[in-house]
Amino acid sequence: MAATVHTRDGGSALGRSASRRSRGETPFRYASTGAGILLLAIMAAIAVFLVVEAIPALRANTGGFFTTQTWEPNATRPSFGIAALAFGTVFSALLALIMAVPVAVGVALFISHYAPRRLAGVLGYVVDLLAAVPSVVYGLWGITFLAPFMVGPSNFLHDHLGFIPLFGGDIVAGRSVLTASLVLAVMILPIIAAISREVFLQVPRAHEEAALALGATRWEVIRMAVLPYGRPGVISAAMLGLGRAMGETIAVALIFQATFDISLRILTPQGNSIAANIANRFGEATQTGRGALIASGLVLFVITLLVNMGARLIVARRKEFSGAAA
Amino acid sequence: MTTHTIRRVSAARRLKDRLVQTLVYLAFAVAVIPLISVLWLVIKNGLARFDLDFLTHSMRGIGARDVGGGAYHAILGTLEQVLLASLISVPIGLLTAIYLVEYGRGGRLSRAISFFVDVMTGIPSVVAGLFVLAFWVLALGMPFSGFAGALALSILMMPTVVRSTEEMLLLVPNDLREASYALGVPKWRTIVKVVLPTAFTGIVTGVMLAIARVAGETAPLMLTVFFTDSINSDPFSGPQMGLPLYVFDQARRPTDIAIDRAWTGALTLILIVMLLNLVARLIAWWRSPARGR
Repeated sequence: MAATVHTRDGGSALGRSASRRSRGETPFRYASTGAGILLLAIMAAIAVFLVVEAIPALRANTGGFFTTQTWEPNATRPSFGIAALAFGTVFSALLALIMAVPVAVGVALFISHYAPRRLAGVLGYVVDLLAAVPSVVYGLWGITFLAPFMVGPSNFLHDHLGFIPLFGGDIVAGRSVLTASLVLAVMILPIIAAISREVFLQVPRAHEEAALALGATRWEVIRMAVLPYGRPGVISAAMLGLGRAMGETIAVALIFQATFDISLRILTPQGNSIAANIANRFGEATQTGRGALIASGLVLFVITLLVNMGARLIVARRKEFSGAAA
Repeated sequence: MTTHTIRRVSAARRLKDRLVQTLVYLAFAVAVIPLISVLWLVIKNGLARFDLDFLTHSMRGIGARDVGGGAYHAILGTLEQVLLASLISVPIGLLTAIYLVEYGRGGRLSRAISFFVDVMTGIPSVVAGLFVLAFWVLALGMPFSGFAGALALSILMMPTVVRSTEEMLLLVPNDLREASYALGVPKWRTIVKVVLPTAFTGIVTGVMLAIARVAGETAPLMLTVFFTDSINSDPFSGPQMGLPLYVFDQARRPTDIAIDRAWTGALTLILIVMLLNLVARLIAWWRSPARGR
C-alpha cells in the first residue's frame, strides 16, 4: 500500500513524458470516486423521493396510516393503512423462514460435509439454479400447480389440527397464506443454503479434526465444531432470506387473495403483503393512490433495511472476532 | 482379561449419526423437488405454444378469448431494457469497484460505500420500481417508458456488479501493479491496462450473472414501463412490455389460452436467463486459472 502511494507521487516528477501520461490520473480518480458517491446519493435519493411523493397522500388520508385495515386511497375521502399489510408481510415471511431454514441448513451440510467431494460443486450449482428461476415463474407455478395441490394437505391439517387457531377457520383454500409462504420458502432457500455452505466450509479443519480425534461421530463433529462456528453466519443468512421474503412481490401477488384482515389462519382464502398490494393496486391507482402505494413501499423499504443492516452487522462482528471473511 | 481395544461407537450414538445423515440427505431431496417440478411444468406446458407465431407476434388485437398472440413485443422490450440497464449500471458499478479496491482502500468513504452497497443488495425490487416511479415519473414528470424500467433495473444491478468486480480486482496480484508502477506507468493507466485486463473474464462473468438476475424481474417493470399489447421498439417513449411482465399479465387472465401463453412466456424467459447464466459460467470456467471446482 505505502509503496504504491510513493510510486504514484514520484511518477509525476519523472519528466515530461511521464507527466503527460499521468494527465489522465486526476479525471480517472474523480470518475471512480464520483461513481462511489453517486451510489451513496442513489441510496439517499431513494429514501428522500419516497418520502416526498408519499407526503401528499398521507396528508389526504382520513384514516390512521398505521392502524387502518383498508386500502381505499382512490375514494373521495381516502382512507388507507398498512396495519394488515405489514402484518401479512412479516407473518408470511416468518412462516417461510421457519420452513426454509432447517432445509437450507440441511442442504448446506449435505454439500459441505456429506456429499462426495467431486459431486459437491455440481450439487451446489443445482441448488443455485433455484435462485435463477424468475419470481414470476414461481408465481405461475404457485397458482396453477401448488395451490390446487395444497388443497389436500390443507384439508388434512384442518381436519386433524383444526383446534389450533393457525389451522382453523371455516373454509380451506389452495390460495392461502400457507401456499404463499411455501413458495417464498422455496425462493429464499438457495440464498440461505449458499451462505450457510460458505460458512460451514470455513470451519477450521483443526476444530473438526480435534473432534474426530476424540472419537466423535460425523454428527457429533457437526454439532460440536461446525454448528457453533457457523451459527452467526446461519443467523445472518436467515435474516437476509427474511429480507428477501418480505420484499418478494410477484409470486405472492398472484397467490394471495388480497384481503385486509389481521388473522393467524394460514389455510383460509386470504393473505396480503405490502409488496403484493403494490402489484395488485398499481393499475387502478389515481394520484393519491400512487402516493399511498409509495408510502407503503417506504415502510417496506425501512423494514427490509433494518433487517438487512442487522444481518450485515452480525457478519461484521463475527469477522472481527474470528478473522474469517464471511 | 484381555487388553482393552478402542470400544466401538455405542448403538445410540451410531443411530443418531445415521438419523442425522438421513435427514440431511432428505433435506437436499426436498430442496430439489420444487426445482424439478417447476422446470418440468414450464417445459411441458410451455412447449405447447412455443412456436414461430409466439416469437414473432405481439398481443395487439388479440381478444380475451382469441387463440394465437405472442410475446414478440415483450421479448423486444426485455432485451432493450436489460441492455439499457447494463449500459447505465456497468460503468458506474465498475468505477465504484475500482474506487473501493484501488483508491479508497479502508478509508471512511470507502467503508460507507461498501456498507451501503451491501444494503442496496437487499432493496426489494418493488421498492426500486417505486423509487423510479416517484423520482422519474411523478417528480420529474417523465412518461412511463422502457428507459424508466431500465433505470429501475440498473439500481438492482449496480450492487451486484460492484461486488463481483470488487472480488475480481482483489484477486489481481499486487506484484502486477507494482511491476507496472516500477516502469513509471501512472496509476490510472496501470488500472486500465494491467488490472482490468487481468480481471476481465471474472468481471464479465459477474456482469452476466447480474444481467441474468434482473432479466427476470417483474415488479420494477410494472411500475415503470406500464403495460402494452403492441410492439413499441422505442424505449424512450411510451409504455413498453417486458417478458416477465407479460407472464404476469397473462397469468392473471382467467382463460386457459392466456395461461398457456403465460407458460410459454415463462419458458422463453427461463431459456434466456439460463442461457445468460450458462454463458457466464462458461466464460468463468474457460479462463479460470485452476479449472475444476
